[in-house]
Amino acid sequence: MKTKLINYLEMTGFSWLCPVVRLCSGESPREQVNEIINVIGLPLIAIAAFLFIWAGTASQVKTSLGDLPGPSQVWEQAQGLWQEHQAEREKEEEFYQRQEERNAKKLEANPDAEIKMREYTGRATFVDQIWTSLVTVFTGFLVGALIAIPMGVACGLSQKLYTAISPLVQVFKPVSPLAWLPIVTMVVSAVYISDDPMFEKSFVTSAITVTLCSLWPTLINTAVAVASIDKDWINVGRVIRLHWITQVFKIAIPAALPMIFTGLRISLGIGWMVLIAAEMLAQNPGLGKFVWDEFQNGSSDSLGRIMVAVLTIGLIGFLLDWMMLTLQKVLSHDKNAGR
Amino acid sequence: MTKTQVGKSTDNQEIDVMNVVSMTKPVLVDDDVAIPDEHHPRHFLDLSGVSIEFQTNKGPFKALDNVNLKINKGEFVSIIGHSGCGKSTVLNIVAGLYKATEGGVIVNGKEVNEPGPDRAVVFQNHSLLPWLTVYQNVELAVKAIFKKKKTKPEMKEWIEHNLKLVHMDHAMHKYPAEISGGMKQRVGIARALSMEPTVLLMDEPFGALDALTRAHLQDSVMEIQSELNNTVIMITHDVDEAVLLSDKIVMMTNGPSATVGEILNVDLDRPRDRLALANNPAYNEYRSKVLTFLYERQRRPRG
Repeated sequence: MKTKLINYLEMTGFSWLCPVVRLCSGESPREQVNEIINVIGLPLIAIAAFLFIWAGTASQVKTSLGDLPGPSQVWEQAQGLWQEHQAEREKEEEFYQRQEERNAKKLEANPDAEIKMREYTGRATFVDQIWTSLVTVFTGFLVGALIAIPMGVACGLSQKLYTAISPLVQVFKPVSPLAWLPIVTMVVSAVYISDDPMFEKSFVTSAITVTLCSLWPTLINTAVAVASIDKDWINVGRVIRLHWITQVFKIAIPAALPMIFTGLRISLGIGWMVLIAAEMLAQNPGLGKFVWDEFQNGSSDSLGRIMVAVLTIGLIGFLLDWMMLTLQKVLSHDKNAGR
Repeated sequence: MTKTQVGKSTDNQEIDVMNVVSMTKPVLVDDDVAIPDEHHPRHFLDLSGVSIEFQTNKGPFKALDNVNLKINKGEFVSIIGHSGCGKSTVLNIVAGLYKATEGGVIVNGKEVNEPGPDRAVVFQNHSLLPWLTVYQNVELAVKAIFKKKKTKPEMKEWIEHNLKLVHMDHAMHKYPAEISGGMKQRVGIARALSMEPTVLLMDEPFGALDALTRAHLQDSVMEIQSELNNTVIMITHDVDEAVLLSDKIVMMTNGPSATVGEILNVDLDRPRDRLALANNPAYNEYRSKVLTFLYERQRRPRG
């Protein structure tokens, strides 16, 4: 039971909780306490020191929007943003309720009356923006992975193909996706025309931008991983005369999985960073737009609210990476990855 | 050129075992009989005039030159030589993983031109797929080879049977990372045996193991061999291992352009016991013959 719990914690990246579990089960208490001081205490001290320095120095910086906010002001703003979000949700509920009541009355008067339901078009709150950004980054990232992994496998299997597309990859890889943004925007508005679009144009633009930058790390990692598979593993497949498709799915991809995941992790990290910048630049809905709007807003609360957004972006980036790492540990044979 | 009699394992009772080592260029078994019809080779496995050249940055490199070797059904043959002499290349050519530049290999009347399960290979570093369990590793091979010939329960039984043969049935559902090096190699052997090979090829199968584990595995291999009576080619650089296990030891000259130097028939009764053999004069004689070849006549040029 204890070993199972510890394995589970290590698998999910909560290895810092292991000494607590061991302590609770009464295993060499002194050692565990030392371990807890190490793995939990030290980071806590660092965080406390950071908050202390932040609180001490922030008020020294005077800007045109007032002092730079310290931790307590940022915390207030965070609560404020949450209350705004809840207020907005309440308004939305009330709006739909009113509509339903009105429609019910109409039907009572005339059963054949046409009923209309209007969408609530309130202001997007901070939480809505987080959600938009997350959906966008995952869409872009998944499309990127769906292109990059098969391409990478093909390049890894065929030296000729790799040689052929290598110069293209080398040239496009260092291009900041933000440079692509104007072109993507123009192309999307020219090509993506429909009366009842499934997605917003801004969403498509942002997602494609994420795709463009998340392609390369996955593509290159996959190609290198597949090309450098242990020759004996390939020979095993040849001796038992596996069909080449089986060879790819049973040997090449599982063998390359740890490195593919490393590529995916890098891709998602870059995608998340680029998305925020793209949203700021293109005024596409999302966390980036929130930051930019607050900046333009220029109220005395703005800096605090931007700081909340900055910390949120960091926390989400961290969670995304943790998610990928856990997924990698569960799916691939290399259980020691990324420790 | 003197021709020395080199007996086949079947009739070497008539020949003084000490005389079978030829001192000259490789002399083939059965030189004294008529060359067999090309379409009906008399030998189970027949390498004739095999040469191989690799293209390197410094131009072509001839690793093997005119290797001739004939092996009978059920024989256990070791190929021994210094490292870099192309022993493994010979094995890879028989496996079909490399293509000979000249000459060819005939196994059981069919020319070898691609790898196949009839010539199963036990790789030096076990080559188990780390993301599959022991059982699944064998299963991958069994499923690929007996797709239409065995039903699912038959396959399961066959996989378990082979793992039992190498005494690994207790760890069937463990991953390779969870078992020891010797156990991994046992599984590698089980996987190869599960292919029902006509020839079992082993490429320094115990090279990476410590001496005690190696002895255990050698005993296992002898036990399996007495049960299944497979034709086996084993690459080794261990003299004791070669003498203990083999019916025939093929000694290779140093590369480049390595070839078969001598062939020694080992005529010791089976089952062989390593402790009893330690004081057996015949055993020690075979040993010293191989050692003489390796360390006197084929001494490494530098060190």
